[in-house]
Amino acid sequence: MHELSVMESILNVVLKHARQHEVQRVVAVSLRVGEMTDLIDEWMQRYFDYLSDKTVAAGAVLKIERVPVVFQCESCGTEFPVNIREVRDTACPACGGNKARLKSGREFFIKNIEVM
Amino acid sequence: MAEIKLIDIKEDILSDNQALAGQIRDDLRGKRVFLMNLMASPGGGKTSLILQTLKRLRERFRMAVIEGDIDSQVDAEKIIREDIPAVQIRTGGFCHLDATMIERALKELDMAALDAIIVENIGNLVCPAEFDIGSTRSVMILSVPEGDDKPLKYPLMFSVCDGLVVNKTDYLEGSDFDMEALKERVLRLNPGIRIFPVSCRTGQGIDDWAQWLSAEIEKIKNWKSSF
Repeated sequence: MHELSVMESILNVVLKHARQHEVQRVVAVSLRVGEMTDLIDEWMQRYFDYLSDKTVAAGAVLKIERVPVVFQCESCGTEFPVNIREVRDTACPACGGNKARLKSGREFFIKNIEVM
Repeated sequence: MAEIKLIDIKEDILSDNQALAGQIRDDLRGKRVFLMNLMASPGGGKTSLILQTLKRLRERFRMAVIEGDIDSQVDAEKIIREDIPAVQIRTGGFCHLDATMIERALKELDMAALDAIIVENIGNLVCPAEFDIGSTRSVMILSVPEGDDKPLKYPLMFSVCDGLVVNKTDYLEGSDFDMEALKERVLRLNPGIRIFPVSCRTGQGIDDWAQWLSAEIEKIKNWKSSF
């Protein structure tokens, strides 16, 4: 549901950079999105298309790279990936400790845009 | 045929919100005002918990409520009936509150006359988790009828909160809700979280919750800047 506001922020950043560089058309937008955010690629693209209509970014393709959810063990410092929706056990694979903090997986990052 | 160029951006989308939220948090601390972000599903018991909390704490602290709602003001009306200052934010369809909306709402309140503000966020377990509103503490409610598997479905919400209120414990009897399994799942996602089983209907557990919240409000009230 918050795809709309998130995509609006993305579009605003894209348009700001497009203006600064006086580009004619934005062809692609590369994003890094954490697995812990509940956003689906297809819907991100649809909302982007809807919002970018009649702007220089109309028709741009979103290239979405997913950042895995990684926990870091609080006792031994080991970093390990976790499939957050299936896992029932987030114990550290190295020391068995079960106190870990979220290290990555919440990203919402625009890497670059391809322009003409 | 025009050539395709690459422009590096490297910007975090949520960074504007994050920066403003940090500013709000610092500003409130400077004014010794505590802000709690209360999140839950629709019907989880946000308004009931607020009313129970006000009952316990209003003699001790000067309190106000910011009510987030998509398009009504029934909740704010309930709070005003309690003679507590309330500000209504209508998001007009938006599924969460963000730092800009809170900044605007705070302008409607007299900070010098307050110790603590409770923000009732929009009812859902997804979007509010993404947007920091500048709160001193974030708290979520999970109600027993929703089930003990929710940490698996909404991991982000459970990992960003400082406190979890498990409401409607009066429904535990006869249900297959496993409190121990829930606690284990939640603590794995978020080892530092405090868990409070309560029933807003019977009042069970509310004292423990109110005690924790009072201590958190006191911390801000007595906060001394290092300068």
